[in-house]
Amino acid sequence: MGNKQTIFTDEQLDAYQDCTFFTRKEILRLHGRYHELAPHLVPMDYTEEPDVTLPLALIVNMPELKENPFRTRIVESFSEDGMGNQSFNDFVDMFSVLSEMAPRELKAIYAFKIYDFNTDNYLCKEDLEKTLNKLTREELTAEEVNLVCEKTIEEADLDGDNKLSFPDFENMITRAPDFLSTFHIRI
Amino acid sequence: MDTVDSVFYPGPSNNPLLDQLPSYQSLLYRRKSSGAGGTKRRGSSRTRLNSRTRVSSSSSWKWKGDRVEERPTTLSLERTVRELPKCMEQKRRNNVERMEQARDLSAWKQWGQSARHSLKRLKEDCGQALSWLELWRQDIHVIEGMFGTGILSYFSFLRFLVLLNFVIFLLMFGFVMLPIIITNRASGNATFNPKHEGECTIYPSTSRRGLVVFHHYITDLLSGTGFLEETYLFYGYYKVETIDFPSFRYNLPLAYVLITIAYLFLSLIWIVKRSATGFKRKLVQDQDRFQSFCNKIFAGWDFCITNEMAARLKKSSLLYELKTDLEEERSRQKVAGRTVREKCRIYVLRLVLNLFVVAVLAACFYSIYRATIFSQEAQMYPPRNFILQLIYEYLPSMVITLANFITPLLFSFIIQFEDYSPAFEIRFTLMRCVFMRLASIGVLLFSLWSQITSCGSSNCLCGYNHKLYPCWESRVGQEMYKLMIFDFIIIGAVTIFVEFPRKLFVTYCDCGLAKWWGQQEFAIPQNVLEIVYGQTICWIGAFYCPLLPAISTIKYFIVFYIKKMTLVKNCRPATRPFRASSSNFFFLVVLLIGLALACVPVIVSIAQINSSHACGPFMNYNTSWEVVPQAVSQLPGGLNTFLKAISSEAFAVTFFVVTGLAMFYVIALAGAHKRVVNQLREQLAMEGRDKRFLIQKLYQAQKTPVRSTQNLEEPGGVFLVQPPAVSATHV
Repeated sequence: MGNKQTIFTDEQLDAYQDCTFFTRKEILRLHGRYHELAPHLVPMDYTEEPDVTLPLALIVNMPELKENPFRTRIVESFSEDGMGNQSFNDFVDMFSVLSEMAPRELKAIYAFKIYDFNTDNYLCKEDLEKTLNKLTREELTAEEVNLVCEKTIEEADLDGDNKLSFPDFENMITRAPDFLSTFHIRI
Repeated sequence: MDTVDSVFYPGPSNNPLLDQLPSYQSLLYRRKSSGAGGTKRRGSSRTRLNSRTRVSSSSSWKWKGDRVEERPTTLSLERTVRELPKCMEQKRRNNVERMEQARDLSAWKQWGQSARHSLKRLKEDCGQALSWLELWRQDIHVIEGMFGTGILSYFSFLRFLVLLNFVIFLLMFGFVMLPIIITNRASGNATFNPKHEGECTIYPSTSRRGLVVFHHYITDLLSGTGFLEETYLFYGYYKVETIDFPSFRYNLPLAYVLITIAYLFLSLIWIVKRSATGFKRKLVQDQDRFQSFCNKIFAGWDFCITNEMAARLKKSSLLYELKTDLEEERSRQKVAGRTVREKCRIYVLRLVLNLFVVAVLAACFYSIYRATIFSQEAQMYPPRNFILQLIYEYLPSMVITLANFITPLLFSFIIQFEDYSPAFEIRFTLMRCVFMRLASIGVLLFSLWSQITSCGSSNCLCGYNHKLYPCWESRVGQEMYKLMIFDFIIIGAVTIFVEFPRKLFVTYCDCGLAKWWGQQEFAIPQNVLEIVYGQTICWIGAFYCPLLPAISTIKYFIVFYIKKMTLVKNCRPATRPFRASSSNFFFLVVLLIGLALACVPVIVSIAQINSSHACGPFMNYNTSWEVVPQAVSQLPGGLNTFLKAISSEAFAVTFFVVTGLAMFYVIALAGAHKRVVNQLREQLAMEGRDKRFLIQKLYQAQKTPVRSTQNLEEPGGVFLVQPPAVSATHV
């Protein structure tokens, strides 16, 4: 601690502390994890803000994300190009939003993005079907999948357009009691 | 309809009109700021304000980084930077902007802001330092990764109980035991003046004299008699009335009563505070959608799971849950379609089964009663064989444990015939089991008291049976002590002698029986009931046995490791999942029920039953509560009358009426809010339809610009006098 680390300048660490929900120690630890993913690509010295991104395949194999059925969508939602290539900023951002301290509203915004597979800003029936299949290893019959998707849309759709827009989703997720406790990753 | 709705379908580039809707702006994806740089917005509630400033740049996708947004300062300070849904560079720019804005403020405000900032940092650093002290952080992290948040909630509940018991112990120690310990060492002078004379004050010593066989020590250790009886462990040792320190007098009986009330109150407040968040959420969600589909699909996956097997199990359990829900849906339809004849049949069946359940409960309670009486009589004339003696001493505990083992199986068997919906079945069985467990302690105490206050045919001389129970509180304390020890032994024994062999049997033996029995499931409800039962014993027993909270702390500490070990080695997660949110709430509700049930014996014992005259701090009072009015009457005049006024009937009635009015008001408010919510929901649906209608019309109008300039008399429709490029909607 103190002045021993040379990875970031003090201003950078301050900025990170202000912009995420992590403390200095956790940010340094995150940098260590990021570096571990590709030691030859990621420099140890970030004081010059190098423009390094890691591809989707590397990040998706992290132990925290490996078993998550939505890992691809998570990494894609937090990447600037939408293809899953994350810089360190994106990496920290991802874990910050998914940490315990992030408020529900912020998590709801990103959850919506994650579940929106075709990125059309609506959760339509295809998105729901994909979500369901990822969750249940495709062991529900087609009729059951259909029924569940219909009931879901019926429960949450407020403006009657047969798909979930963000206000619908947000309204529903505030009433979902498990959301805050399940939508977090500990790193 | 399809052609019209196609405006909503694939992709934003189809209709530039939709791109400009404020609600669409709220969710633009990140783009590289040098390229097609849109920024993300906060939720739609803020978009109205933002779109005013954003309108100028929405047509061009090149948003330069140094373009400062003219957001009014009052709004931007409401949300901290880290809560904005933007990518890191934009957040840092925001941060820098805010700091520059801050420099424009006056010196006083600047100082205020920097003070707040450093205070926030300090809090974070302290929080991090304190998290090192948090008990079992690493263990719980591992459990969470392997089994998910449902089982995690059990272990964090256990940790909470350890802390609660430790705090209760500190209270008891600091206010009741410490003064006596100091007196024995230092300059204080402990006085006690026995007021009563005669038979009631005879307290024959129970320590064994002469040559003591070794197994007597074991018996004494396990049942709290003999050398343990006249120690700090039990009520009887605290034979002190006042302690004279150099500067003040310390009224120990008063402290004893007040600390008892204080620890019950503290437990209540701490539990309520812990359950407040869960309760608020429960109130918000709809009552009839207890475990809705949305909750399962969008909040069903535990993002914390890092173990492959756990992930597979989680998927299976989600599948199971969804199938159960679909089945519940079907059963709901079936119930709706029941005929009157079927309904009658079902109700009669339920009545009969409930009567059966009541009969079973009554039988269990009666057997506990008889076992207690038998045990008490056997303790008067102990048998020679010490093992038999131990069995007689522990007979009530054994009967209670046996009853608590059989009745859940019976209840889960019976409920299948009662034809409830699956969710209700689970809850109802649990409630029955909770009632059974906690009421059995009450029955034990009741039977003890009936023994203590019965003196044969005549009235009791001292208010209690002084011949058999010269110090009845110590005896009650001993029973509580035995219950706790036995509970601990059972938890350990079941793990070692039932779960381990089962695991070995299932793993190494390949017969049909092994497959049918299966591996042990970590059944959360039963485990929670176990520890709530132990905690109820602690709350009741702490009055009679002040060191019981310390024993309870140590017991739960060890139970944590036992349960963790059995979880990791023996168990697989339950196929019927226990949701984290509802489980937290469930645990705390059961704990509150336990607390409520614990308060009743303690209050009755303090206020009603005559305290024993031969031992304990309340020797000179008729009941334990008497010490409080006496102390109050010694207070200075103003405080005295104030306290008397508070405890008078007039005040109580007024307080009751005011509380009733407040509750009525709050209920009315809640009803009004609900109506408003429904209205708003309808309005939202209507707005959605309006929006679709308008977009449809605009789309039609956009598609036919040439025609509209020619057919000026065309009725209806929207007219665009000029080409769309310069229309009011395009900026």
